[in-house]
Amino acid sequence: MVMATQDLDNLRQAEIARIGRKKLFGFAIPAVLLAYFVYVFFAFDIMGLAERARMDNAAILVSDAVSYKTHVTRDNRSGEITVAIEGSRRATYAPDQIPAWASVDADRAEITLRYGHRVTYDGPIITYHHPEFGPIVVDTSNGVDLRLAEADIPDFINASGNRVSITTDAGRLSVTRNRTETMRYFLGWEMFFFDLASPFSGMAVGEVVSTVTSGAQIDPDRSNFALMIQNIWHNSIWRHGDVFWALGETILMAFLGTFGAAMIALPLAFFAATNFAPSKMVRFVIRRLFDFVRGLDALIFTIILSRAFGPGPLTGALAILLTDTGSFGKLFSEALENVDEKQIEGLASTGANAVQRNRFGVLPQIMPILLSQVLYFFESNTRSATIVGAIVGGGIGLLLTQAIQTTADWEKVTYYIVLIVLMVVAMDTISGRIRARLIKGDGAGK
Amino acid sequence: MAETTTSAMPRADIETVRADYLHMTQRRRLYSGVLILIFAVLMISGFNTADGRNAGGFWEGLHRLGDFPADLISEAYEKAANLPGHIFNALPALIETVNIAAVATILGCAGGVIFSLLGTRGLAYWPRLIPVFRRITDILRAIPEVVVALVLIFIMGGGPVPAMIAIALHTAGAMGKLFSEVNENTDMKPVEGLQSVGATWGQRIWLGVIPQVLPNYLSYGLLRFEINIRASAILGFVGAGGIGYELKNALTFGQGKFDEAAAIFLVLFLTIVAVDQLSSSLRNYLTKGSF
Repeated sequence: MVMATQDLDNLRQAEIARIGRKKLFGFAIPAVLLAYFVYVFFAFDIMGLAERARMDNAAILVSDAVSYKTHVTRDNRSGEITVAIEGSRRATYAPDQIPAWASVDADRAEITLRYGHRVTYDGPIITYHHPEFGPIVVDTSNGVDLRLAEADIPDFINASGNRVSITTDAGRLSVTRNRTETMRYFLGWEMFFFDLASPFSGMAVGEVVSTVTSGAQIDPDRSNFALMIQNIWHNSIWRHGDVFWALGETILMAFLGTFGAAMIALPLAFFAATNFAPSKMVRFVIRRLFDFVRGLDALIFTIILSRAFGPGPLTGALAILLTDTGSFGKLFSEALENVDEKQIEGLASTGANAVQRNRFGVLPQIMPILLSQVLYFFESNTRSATIVGAIVGGGIGLLLTQAIQTTADWEKVTYYIVLIVLMVVAMDTISGRIRARLIKGDGAGK
Repeated sequence: MAETTTSAMPRADIETVRADYLHMTQRRRLYSGVLILIFAVLMISGFNTADGRNAGGFWEGLHRLGDFPADLISEAYEKAANLPGHIFNALPALIETVNIAAVATILGCAGGVIFSLLGTRGLAYWPRLIPVFRRITDILRAIPEVVVALVLIFIMGGGPVPAMIAIALHTAGAMGKLFSEVNENTDMKPVEGLQSVGATWGQRIWLGVIPQVLPNYLSYGLLRFEINIRASAILGFVGAGGIGYELKNALTFGQGKFDEAAAIFLVLFLTIVAVDQLSSSLRNYLTKGSF
């Protein structure tokens, strides 16, 4: 009964050794991880990255995402002055629309910037009035000539031969022989609702409301409300209509891909399930087929398919369809292997044929699980469709990559990202609700 | 039993029950029929819309579907001697892709653990901030990797790091949700026991929660690694380095370089299948204790 001291000692030794091994393991894992991170640090060239990273690009991105600038540009040869948002031709103010901070008179202009800064164009003489530094004069009558009261040029002025640029918190002035351009920054997204062609352009929210509710009818063909909606939808800068079409296209890709895959995978899954497969050979072949399409992955499918069908949403939908057929085949055949045989036997005893047995004995059992899996894939495919769209050129993914590639439309990039996040969250919520109902059994058998 | 009830029931009652039942079934069938009809209409019209907005049509393209794979395979077959060389050349890029996925999975899972612990009722350090952490994980999960990657490429230039950060952020969101579901099922007794002896929050989590949930965490982490390998290959194609980038280069050269593209396809396919197999047997071991 009583343990010999010898045994106790042995036990103790063994236990200490075991704890020691565990301790060693506990230290070994972090050590291996650390070694791996050190390796990756050099493999990814993190040191070089610090040098290559363009923080000025980051600054441009952030400031452009939340603000916009209006250019007051003068062609020094013809003397013509244009006021345009972001210097875009589509967003050029008509002479009677020019905002009050810029007063333009033929080739002369006075531009009021923030913090008491001012710029005047007066023939060849361009003056930047800096409240602390005093006036900075640039003479373009013969080349580009910078005239300062002091000898040394301060940091915010960049003068080189044929170009002078002055950058302050209030705005920017850039003068070359051909062009004089002043940029004034404003917070927000310009013309998000109405472009300059719209009669609502430049109105405050209250004015728009009163015009819509009680104002005189602007367009004889339709009400002011319809006109407002039409103007927003066809906004030439933000193109809300096209953007929402693109969102719909992304959801469409996910919808066609997911449900198409489910419809193809369901009959095939019967051949891959142990309890339904007609022979081991068939089962093996179908299973390997599922593994194969799953392994090929959406990337390879998009490449192959876009060679045949060209870029567009259909190609994306088919790529999702093919990949998910493999995943669904696997999941569905697992669900089929877990069905209760009793109901099938009961139907068989009444003389039901194979189709009837499957329709009334098998499908009602697995339908809630299948539907909830399909919905889960649909929701995650909305996200994938954005990525696939970036490769095949369809949907919001295409708009997003285009906007990023211009490296100037960061406010649009921000807008698209917000829309994508809202779309994904909405799909998650809706499908989550339906799935919760399906699993609880409220909608079972439908 | 059924017979006695039937015999006890007046004939008229049976008729009403029967009529009610048939009526119910019919209505149910009608509903299912309508649902199926709506679904069919959606599928068909959706297909037609997608077909119309595609550059090439479905029916015109269908017979060309095999052309590209055939070109690829025939060229690879002709230059079969080059294949081992191409595969060897693709290995560094492959390793980069796997590294991106691995680092992103490790960092993302670490982030996910933190978010999940801070976002689970009963475990959170600041219970009032639970909704905040949950919303953060929702947003991280909702932003597709390609968005973050493209923006970061603009700032950092091409290479593995933008892809790594993008995938890690998305993984942190996805894992934060999965892990917090795991956390909700933990047995709170060890945690309460630890609390009763005056353990700090860190000690309660490290000694009371982590040992219970670690196998599940690891299993989800492995599953995520499979997904991340695919994501990292796709991001490479958009310009973030690794095997996807090599594949894009080989494809833009077109005919004459198809043997190289075929080698990359092969390497990518084999890697995905190998990682899937490896991770599924590891996951089996973690959940069932045997391979």
